[in-house]
Amino acid sequence: MDDYVIEMLHITKTFPGIRANDDVTLQLKRGEIHALLGENGAGKSTLMSVLFGLYQPDSGEIRKDGKTVHIKDPNDANALHIGMVHQHFKLVDVFSVLDNIILGAETTKYGLLKKDEARRKVMELSQRYGLMVDPDALVEDISVGMQQRVEILKMLYRDNDILILDEPTAVLTPQEIDELMEIMRGFAREGKSILFITHKLNEIMAVSDRCSVLRKGKYIGTVETKDTTKEELSRMMVGRDVSFTVDKAPCKPGDTVLSVQGLTVPSKLHSNNAVKGVSFDVHAGEIVCLAGIEGNGQSDLVLALTGLEKASAGKIEFCGKDITHSPIRKRALAGMSHIPEDRHKHGLVLDYSLENNMSLQRYFEPEFESLGFIKQKKVHSYAEKLISEYDVRSAEGPYTIARAMSGGNQQKAIVGRELDRRTKLLVAVQPTRGLDVGAIESIHKEIIAARDAGTAVLLMSLELEEVMSLSDRILVMYEGEIVGEFDPQKVTVQELGLYMAGAARQDISAASDAAARGGIANA
Amino acid sequence: MLNKRRFIQGLFTLVSAIICVLIGLALGFIILVVFSWSSYSSKGVPYTVGQVFSTAWEQGFKRILLGGFYNLGWKIPTRSLLLRSEICRIAPLLMCGLSVGFAFKTGLFNIGAAGQYTLGAYGALMCALILKLPWWACLLASVLFGAVWGAIPGFFKAYFNINEVITSIMFNWIGLYGVNTLMYGNGKSVMYNANESKVWKLVNKNASAIIPDMKGDGSTLFNKVFTNPSTIAVFIAIAVAIVLYVVLNKTVFGYELKACGYSKTAAKYAGINEKRNIILAMAIAGALAGLGAGLFYLTGTEQWNPQENTALPAMGFDGISVALLASSNPIGTIFSAIFKAHIATGGPKMEKTLFPSEIADVISGTIIYLCAFMLLFKNKLAARVFRRSRKPEGEIKK
Ligand SMILES: Nc1ncnc2c1ncn2[C@@H]1O[C@H](COP(=O)(O)OP(=O)(O)OP(=O)(O)O)[C@@H](O)[C@H]1O
Ligand SMILES: [Mg+2]
Repeated sequence: MDDYVIEMLHITKTFPGIRANDDVTLQLKRGEIHALLGENGAGKSTLMSVLFGLYQPDSGEIRKDGKTVHIKDPNDANALHIGMVHQHFKLVDVFSVLDNIILGAETTKYGLLKKDEARRKVMELSQRYGLMVDPDALVEDISVGMQQRVEILKMLYRDNDILILDEPTAVLTPQEIDELMEIMRGFAREGKSILFITHKLNEIMAVSDRCSVLRKGKYIGTVETKDTTKEELSRMMVGRDVSFTVDKAPCKPGDTVLSVQGLTVPSKLHSNNAVKGVSFDVHAGEIVCLAGIEGNGQSDLVLALTGLEKASAGKIEFCGKDITHSPIRKRALAGMSHIPEDRHKHGLVLDYSLENNMSLQRYFEPEFESLGFIKQKKVHSYAEKLISEYDVRSAEGPYTIARAMSGGNQQKAIVGRELDRRTKLLVAVQPTRGLDVGAIESIHKEIIAARDAGTAVLLMSLELEEVMSLSDRILVMYEGEIVGEFDPQKVTVQELGLYMAGAARQDISAASDAAARGGIANA
Repeated sequence: MLNKRRFIQGLFTLVSAIICVLIGLALGFIILVVFSWSSYSSKGVPYTVGQVFSTAWEQGFKRILLGGFYNLGWKIPTRSLLLRSEICRIAPLLMCGLSVGFAFKTGLFNIGAAGQYTLGAYGALMCALILKLPWWACLLASVLFGAVWGAIPGFFKAYFNINEVITSIMFNWIGLYGVNTLMYGNGKSVMYNANESKVWKLVNKNASAIIPDMKGDGSTLFNKVFTNPSTIAVFIAIAVAIVLYVVLNKTVFGYELKACGYSKTAAKYAGINEKRNIILAMAIAGALAGLGAGLFYLTGTEQWNPQENTALPAMGFDGISVALLASSNPIGTIFSAIFKAHIATGGPKMEKTLFPSEIADVISGTIIYLCAFMLLFKNKLAARVFRRSRKPEGEIKK
């Protein structure tokens, strides 16, 4: 008989309007890394939330070490040593890393916190597993990668040995992903069991022992990873063959749409500038990709371009007009759309219905407004159109509150909304973050279609595969500067890696950088 | 088909509000019974349980329930000053409730309704007594004064990120003492009537500033009920509530305001000017509270007492409970304001030797407290009903 630590048997969970889990059975062996695969909205997060006690199943049974258990809330889960890292992190932004880790599991003496002891334990765990964190930094100031490590430390601090990781790699850079996978292997060697959700088949192949697949709430099957292939997995998941390569016609660049000159953006983390006098152009009908390791200024650059942050020097020209100091609405009206990096913070009003979110950038246009009133019928039918075009799945269609949608479907809604505007410039930050392979395929097609229709696309992605297959031109950023410009046809991933790590640097861009900086000094 | 679910959700909100009210009333009754029982037992004469209950009911609870209908029984009120003064209270309560609720919908907590109300009262009375303007101009002034008083904390919030609660509380007191000083003017203010040591009655100084009523020839029931102090004020207030409902739910402006309330960052991303919206929202909230004061003080019955008014007007804070009970829904606020005015009118009519009139406050206090749990009720209720109704349906579909 197999040694199962956790068995979830015939779990059914319904939400108003949808059956998120329908008679799902999942068995987790001791010391294994078990991947959970499924399309966006297949019910993976729901199933894990049931195990973690956040949702009560309508029917079904959960066993731990062969004994039936009732997990009524996360405290019960904790008592059973089950820990979870959520798809969207649940950290207190204004607390320090240390406070976040011990929150809810504080050791006290006479009602007073014993922080020294906690700190010692956290640092020891951090050393042992190579999870480097700064215990005194505020969570709002640290990178998502570090937030991820904080979430993992939180589980370890509570002595959990069943670890649920819901899309932990969606927000990480390739290097961080490698590190995380190494850490996961270490956990498994120690006898901890891991449930691992990801949409990236490579990761499943690389790290997992077995993989279970869900489709539309139903359990499809479990396979031994060593006996399967990426193709088979994606077929199980989507029900059809998925193509992993992107077909596109050669790019025909048109007029300059975006011209950035000597742009400097102050950093929120340190006194240094996050973006240091960067200059580049994006033309109509081309996809320019900003590549780089997280935290090298790409995000700040994008925020300044889109108006969410202020640039301290330099100039942004959009279709020949200076928009450096224009408000966000003006940029949008001039023809800029933006798929933001953080879908919960910027991309969606989570408590609005899906239909109201779909018109978030257009509600004031004559199509949706007259005499100050919103034409709700139009908003509704527009949302329905986008929902079917971009295959946004949710329980109640346009009426669904965005918060109740699966992460991937939230992303599809945002991407659809921004792509449909057919603007002159699309600034897309990690557009396929958290999407399943089928959805990635179709979003990539849409982005290329937009390019072919003459949209200038500025893409920021941490995933080199996406960078290589989508872009017509690659700009590598390192420490706030552009250190290289490449044609994806003529460069290798290894070469890019060198530039991204700061080990190499092109002269041309350095020269143009210097020229731009000179320009500012003169001005 | 899905709008049906929306509708049911709305129904749940209503049902849970009613549950809160009922529990609050029940608790009030229990307290009355305790008071009644203790007064019987302290007398030292034999008594029955029936007597205890009947006293609690007859001398106490019934009067709260009757409110303005007290001493008329349930009969048609022909000439009831009490009923009219109850109606007179609805307008200011409703406006303060709308003020708090509106701010709340846009993500702000307007605890400054009391101060804005004070300023509104000053604006109205100043225009009535000094400038001798007609009632509608005085009302406009109350709107304006309230709006300015609301906009200031909004400004600090928008540009300096200072919590509106703190500024509002400070502006409540600044407003109160400022207004008192202006109205009193060392006893020499034109507005101040030293003989009564209150602000002048409108009838004596400028009768045109009194909001018109529906007295007519006094022949119909309607005419009788809407005779001063109950004026057209209550209709104005209800109209404002309806307008507010439309603004919040049907207009671009409302869409933007609510977006800011739900997520400031997403609103900013969408190009909504969130600074402007915060200030506007607070100004509108202030205008609503200010108008409430205008609608109350321009009925001509209430006089401001600048030397003794050293507590913030309770209306402003009652607005919070009125808004809470209605889940900030403008239409719901109409009903919660009526309810609040009703039991507040009945409270003081209880037998004073037996029951403290504050029991009416205890009841509304309890209700507010329960309102915090309302969400819980609602979700529990929804989970129950939906689970039951879903199962068979799902089976057929699959
Ligand atoms: N709290 C909720 N209320 C209502 N419906 C919900 C809720 N949470 C999830 N759902 C619905 O259940 C379905 C499954 O969602 P879930 O989050 O489990 O998907 P997922 O497999 O994790 O997808 P993704 O890969 O996009 O994260 C979705 O259709 C979603 O709309
Ligand atoms: Mg998920």
